[in-house]
Amino acid sequence: MSDKIIQITEMNKWFGDFQVLKNINLEVEKNKKIVVCGPSGSGKSTLIRCINRLEEHQQGSIIVDGNELTEDTKDIEKIRAEVGMVFQQFNLFPHLSILDNCTLAPIWVKKMPKKEAEDLALQHLEKVQIADQANKYPGQLSGGQQQRCAIARALCMEPKIMLFDEPTSALDPEMIKEVLDAMVNLAKAGMTMIVVTHEMGFAKEVADEVIFMDEGMIVERAETKEFFANPKSDRTKLFLSQIL
Amino acid sequence: MNKLNFLQPDKNNFYTYLYTGVILVALSIFIVFLNSFFNKDIVSFLPGPISFFLPLILGFIGLHLIRIDYSGLRFLDSINKNINTNNFNAFLSLLIVFVVIKSLPPLLSWFIIDANIAGDSKDVCTGSGACWTYIKIWFNRFMYGMYPNPEQWRINLSFIALAFLGCVGFFATEKFKKYLTLYYVVVYPIIAFFFIFFFISGGPIFFDFSYGIIAAVISIILGFFIPSKFKMYYFIIVPITLYILLKYVFFYEELIELGKLEALEWVETGAWGGLSLTFIVSFFCLIFCFPIGLFLSLGRRSDFPIIKYISIGMIEFWRGVPLITVLFMSSVMFPMFLPEDMFIDKLVRVIIAISLFEAAYVAEVIRGGLQALPRGQYDAAKSLGMGYWKMHILVILPQALKLVIPGIANTFLALVKDTPLIFVVGLLEIVGMLNLAKTNPEWLGFAMEGYVFASVLFFIICYAMSKYSYNLEQKYKTER
Repeated sequence: MSDKIIQITEMNKWFGDFQVLKNINLEVEKNKKIVVCGPSGSGKSTLIRCINRLEEHQQGSIIVDGNELTEDTKDIEKIRAEVGMVFQQFNLFPHLSILDNCTLAPIWVKKMPKKEAEDLALQHLEKVQIADQANKYPGQLSGGQQQRCAIARALCMEPKIMLFDEPTSALDPEMIKEVLDAMVNLAKAGMTMIVVTHEMGFAKEVADEVIFMDEGMIVERAETKEFFANPKSDRTKLFLSQIL
Repeated sequence: MNKLNFLQPDKNNFYTYLYTGVILVALSIFIVFLNSFFNKDIVSFLPGPISFFLPLILGFIGLHLIRIDYSGLRFLDSINKNINTNNFNAFLSLLIVFVVIKSLPPLLSWFIIDANIAGDSKDVCTGSGACWTYIKIWFNRFMYGMYPNPEQWRINLSFIALAFLGCVGFFATEKFKKYLTLYYVVVYPIIAFFFIFFFISGGPIFFDFSYGIIAAVISIILGFFIPSKFKMYYFIIVPITLYILLKYVFFYEELIELGKLEALEWVETGAWGGLSLTFIVSFFCLIFCFPIGLFLSLGRRSDFPIIKYISIGMIEFWRGVPLITVLFMSSVMFPMFLPEDMFIDKLVRVIIAISLFEAAYVAEVIRGGLQALPRGQYDAAKSLGMGYWKMHILVILPQALKLVIPGIANTFLALVKDTPLIFVVGLLEIVGMLNLAKTNPEWLGFAMEGYVFASVLFFIICYAMSKYSYNLEQKYKTER
């Protein structure tokens, strides 16, 4: 059981009266790459935001790396430090340079010495191929570069799990590829990843499993090949016919 | 030769239009100039209304003639672009020029030509202009209030020392740059407080100040010989020990008794005044109101109901009452709630009152900045494992404060200009001193000069502040 890094059981979540997530059961094993897809408003983003408790769930339990997410904030900070997240809108800190964006959390949260943190950051920036931009500010970079920097920033915390919340949706088509390449490399390095995306090409290339969500429920979960070759539910078939 | 069309000047016959126009405009300005400076009306042979409006008409026609697009003369183009774009703007421009010319002579004569500055009594002020002698004679009072003359060097020395210490930031080497914020936020205000509390106030307590300095100097010198491992403890223990030794064992009683070293004369805060008091009150209120406002703004957004409602209550209370009543309460009501033998100085009470009052405004300004930040910034900071304080100190506040520099500057300027209100508790800063001086029987009737003087001083202070805030804004500007 130890390789189950995320365990979600019987999870429900409401925004006011509106139930966004209904009876979610999900287990993710270590080093697996999961792609979550589905129409907008289906609760995909909310689901992965629940995993590092940017949103609170009201019922059920979420266990990340053996720690249950509860009200206790100390634990939550510890879990968040182990779960990296990349956002649709990049959310880089505009008042800091690219390098400082990457070293901020390692220095202040993990208490890493500055020199060490900078070496680590440059190493990760090198991997996503923007080490030469390290001293620029986020406002001076293109969208694709910013998103790659956001990936590097999350990696600098050396997380066990990476969550991607539609990382390519705010980019123009030419830049999508460079971000996806960075993510493919990361997947090949063996990171546990949960990716919310509409990029089916990416799903086919790297995902171990695909989850299809609609109206707050997990409609279908299958091995990647199985999912695309013969989807079981009609809703999935309809979705795939429109998107492919 | 092309046909002249005066209704529509164009590039043909360019110089004909240009010279005619320039001559007409110059003539109109000349007429107003003569009229204003030498009181001569050279067009008085014309009927009344025409002679009155003649300059305007001439200037208007002149400006119309020189309104030629892309003339090739840079000066002419810039005039046409800036003040002469169409008939209406030409009219307004002329009007403004005339008003300026008209109002110059009376201003000049009041400020300079008919003004008096020589002499040292009211009798020299015979002219119709300003009596700067009044300002000259009272200058000392306007600067220092009722502070005794022989002791005023203490104020000067303190201010010079503080100004010098304030400039440290410009000379700091790269190595010490990271301590600058700490220095300005914590150390500098403490030093300023000690200067003002011990040095300007004086009294036997001054000895404490000198012991403190002696203790600090000795311990810093000794500090060079201490291994760095123990420095932390050393700098806490040794200065305090030295201080106590100096105060209670070696000197204190004997020096006072023997009268070998006279203590600085004690000057009660009621005697402080003038511009120096304006500076003291503004300085401390600025320093205190900012952190209080910061915490109130964070408190107002807090998730804990108690903190949230206390903050809201504080902000709404202080914003809801007029400053003048707050000051009055601080001096009249507040002492009633204190125990019999407890005494808090009037000046301290006033500074606390103004600080709390302005903190409420600062809090709302900062809250505006906090709300302007996108939610993604909070999400990103949280997802990196930062807690509340790390998130705010490292990510949120640096951005939010940058956004609200103009608003904060606004509040601070208002604060400086609110300080004259402390007259209600009997503290006379510069405007208070003016009011006192203008009621002096020997110097009746010079209120105008006093207020002009105060306006100029306030303008200099406030303009410097607003320039500084603008510089800060530019310095911290980053692209989003």
